Amino acid sequence: MSTSVTAKPEPLRATLTPGRPAWYWPALIGGALVVIATIRVLTGAHDIDSSGALAAAIGLAMPLALAGLGGLWSERAGVVNIGLEGMMILGTWGAAFFGFHYGPWIGILGAVVMGILGGAIHALATVIFGVDHIVSGVAVNLLGAGAGAYLAVRTFTGLPGGGPTQSPPLQKLPSISIPGLGDWLLGLEQSRTWLVADLAGILRTLTTDLNVLTVIAVGLLVFSWWLLWRTPFGLRLRSCGEAPQAAETLGVNVIRFKFLAVLVSGALAGLAGGFLVLVASNLYRDGQTGGRGYIGLAAMIFGNWRPGGLAAGALLFGYADAVQLRGRGDVIHAYLLPIGLMLLAWGIWQLVRRRTGKPVGALVRVALALAVLAWYWFTDEVPAEFTNMTPYIATLLVLAFSAQRLRMPAADGAIYRKGEAN
Amino acid sequence: MKVDFRKLGLAVAAPVLAILVALVLTSIILLVAGDPVLQVWQVLFKAPLPRQIVAILNEATVLYLSAVAVAIGFKMNLFNIGVDGQYRIASFAAAVFAGANLLPGWLNIIVSILIAMVTGALWAAIAGLLKVTRGVSEVISTIMLNYIATYLVAYLLKGAAVKVEGSNATSTAVIAESSRVPGISVESWLGTGREIYGLIFLAIAVGILFWFVLTKTRFGFDLRATGRSESAAIASGVNVKKMVVTSMILSGAIAGLVGMPLLFGQDFAYGDTVQAGLGFAGMSVALLGRNHPVGMAVAALLWGYLNQLSNGLQISAGVSDKLVLIIQGIIVLSVVIAYEVVRRAGLRMEQRRVARELAAQPKPATEEVAA
Repeated sequence: MSTSVTAKPEPLRATLTPGRPAWYWPALIGGALVVIATIRVLTGAHDIDSSGALAAAIGLAMPLALAGLGGLWSERAGVVNIGLEGMMILGTWGAAFFGFHYGPWIGILGAVVMGILGGAIHALATVIFGVDHIVSGVAVNLLGAGAGAYLAVRTFTGLPGGGPTQSPPLQKLPSISIPGLGDWLLGLEQSRTWLVADLAGILRTLTTDLNVLTVIAVGLLVFSWWLLWRTPFGLRLRSCGEAPQAAETLGVNVIRFKFLAVLVSGALAGLAGGFLVLVASNLYRDGQTGGRGYIGLAAMIFGNWRPGGLAAGALLFGYADAVQLRGRGDVIHAYLLPIGLMLLAWGIWQLVRRRTGKPVGALVRVALALAVLAWYWFTDEVPAEFTNMTPYIATLLVLAFSAQRLRMPAADGAIYRKGEAN
Repeated sequence: MKVDFRKLGLAVAAPVLAILVALVLTSIILLVAGDPVLQVWQVLFKAPLPRQIVAILNEATVLYLSAVAVAIGFKMNLFNIGVDGQYRIASFAAAVFAGANLLPGWLNIIVSILIAMVTGALWAAIAGLLKVTRGVSEVISTIMLNYIATYLVAYLLKGAAVKVEGSNATSTAVIAESSRVPGISVESWLGTGREIYGLIFLAIAVGILFWFVLTKTRFGFDLRATGRSESAAIASGVNVKKMVVTSMILSGAIAGLVGMPLLFGQDFAYGDTVQAGLGFAGMSVALLGRNHPVGMAVAALLWGYLNQLSNGLQISAGVSDKLVLIIQGIIVLSVVIAYEVVRRAGLRMEQRRVARELAAQPKPATEEVAA
C-alpha cells in the first residue's frame, strides 16, 4: 500500500460531498413538473396534480413521514423498529380517547404518550434485554393491535356516535390559509394551461387549508434533521447506530441513547397515529392504520435513512395512496405512458451501451416496457385493485432498483451489550 | 443425560414464566381498565366443552402449519413475515383448481394441495430472489407482498367468482362432495357432532418432516449453521444465497398448506370471508414454541385454547374478547425476553462449569492456552 497520509483527504472529501452541482435538485424537480404537465395535457387526466389530489397526498404523506421519522430516530441509534405499526395503533386510540374527553390538543398529547408507551416496551425488550429487534417489533405490533381493539371496546362503547370498534366524532384541529391567494390560484388552476395550472395547483396546496398538525410534522422533520446531524447530541446518537462499541469507549452512554431514541421513535409513531385520527379523519376506527407503519418504514429505507429522503418517499407513497383513494384509475393509467417510455429508453440505452456480456437485464426491461405500453394502449383504466396495489408495488420496485445504493447505519439491528468493547 | 435434563428444565421454565408474567400483567390491565379480573380468569380457565376441544384441535392444526412455515425461516434468521399473503394466494389457487372438479376424488385433493404448495413457494421466492439479487430486506418485501397478494386475490376473485344464490358473498366454485377430506368423528368419545379436520394428519406429517429434515439431513444442518453464524457457514462451504432462496421456497410451500384444512374440511371454496392473519398468529406460535416441532404443537394448542375460550368473555364476564390479543401479545413478548434471559443464564452457568473443570484439571499452562 503506497497510500500516504497526505493522499487520504481526497477520497474522504469525495464521499462527504454529494458531488452534485447546485442546479441538480431544482432541475430534477422542474423537469418532473414539465413531464407531469405534459402528461396531464396529453392524456387529459387533470386530476394528476390538481390541488385536491395534492392536498390529499400531503394529508396521507404526513402519517407516513411521521412514522418514517420514528423509524429514523430508532434505526439511527441502531434499533430496527418494525413495531411502528403497533405504536401507531396505540397512538390512534390515545388521540381519540383524550381528544374526545379533553379536546384535540390534548388528543395530540395522548397520541404521543401512548406511542411512548409502545416505544418503552420495544426499548425494554431490545435495549435492556437484548431480544432480536424484529421479533420484539412483531410482538409490539401484536400487542398494539390487541390493546387498541380492547381499549376501544372498553372506552368507546355507549358514547354518543361511538361503538365497540369506533370512537365518537371528534373536534378537528384548526387549519391555516394565507388569505387572498386561494381563489386566484384556483382560477389559474382551472384554466388547465400547460405548466401554469400545475404550478398554481402546487402553490394552492401549500398556501390553503394547511392543517396545524401538518405544519408541526414538517417542523419535526426539520428539527430532527438539525438535532441529529448538526449537534453533538445527534452525533452521539448516530454513533450508537454506527459503532456502539467505539462510542462506548469514547464515553457515550450507549444504552441511554438507544433507549431514548426508541422512546422518541414511539412518540413520533404515536403522533402519526394521532394524525390519522385528528386530521385525516375525525374518529378512531379499528384497523385505521392499515399497515401505514410498515409503509413509513419503507419510506425511510427509500430515503436512505435521511430525513429529506424519507420525506420524499412519504410524499411519493402518499401521492400513490391519494390517487387510489380518489378512485382515479385514469391517473394511474396516465402514468403507464411515461413509465413505459422511460423503461423502454433505459432498456435500449443499456442494449446500445453494453456491447459485451449477456443483455438479459436490458431485454427484460424492454419486454416489460412493451407490456406496460400495450397495457396503456389497450385499456382506458387500471382496475381498482391494481390502483390499491400501487404504493406497495412502488415500494418493492424502488427497493429492488435502489437497495444496493442504500446504506443503513452500520450497526443497525445488532444487539449491543455494555462492556463488550475491547 | 444430566445436562439434557437441565436444558429441558431451562426450556420449560421460560414459557411457564412468560405465561405467569402474562397473567399478572393482564390482571393489572384489567384492574386499571375497571374490568372484573376474577370473572375473566374463571371464563378462561374453565375446562373446554367437547365442541370447543374439537375447535381447539382444528385451530391448532392450521396454526401449526403456519408456525412451521415461519420456523423454517427463523432457523436461519430469515423473517418470512409474508406467510399471510402466501397462504391466501395459495388457497385461492388451490380453490380455483379444486372447484373446477377436473379430477376425480382424492386425485383432485392431492393435485390441489400440490398447486397450493407451488403457488405459495413461488410467491415466497419473489422475496428470496429480491434478497439475494437486489439486496432487499425480506422483512420489508414480504410485508409489501402481503398487501399485493390481498389486492391481487381480490381482483382475481372477481373474475373467478361464482354467484351463490341468496348471498352477497363472492366465492370460488364449490368443491364436489367426492373431493372433500372427511372429518374425524368424535361423537362416541366426546358426544359432539363437530368433526376434527382430516388434514390434521397433514399437519402432523409436516411436523415430523420438519424435525427430520432439520436434524437428520445435510440441508437441515446447513440451515441451522447459517442461522447460527453466517460466516462460519460460508467457511464450511455453504452457499448462503442458495440457502436463502431454498428456505424461502420451502417456507412458502408449507405456508401454502395453511389454508388447506379450511378449504377441504370446512369452507369447500375460497371466498372474501376467508380468515386472514393466520400468518402473524403462526409467527407468535413459532416464537412461543421456539421453532421446535413439539414446542410449536404445544404453543398452537395453547393459542387455540385461548382463542376458543375467549369467545365466552363478552357474554360471561362482559369483557371484550379482544383481551385475548393482549394476553397473547404479552405472552410472546415475555417469552422472547425470558428465553433470552434463560439463554444468558445458561451460558453463564456453562462458562462457570467449564472454568471450574479447567481449574480442577492439573494440566500444564501451554495446553490450557491451546484449549
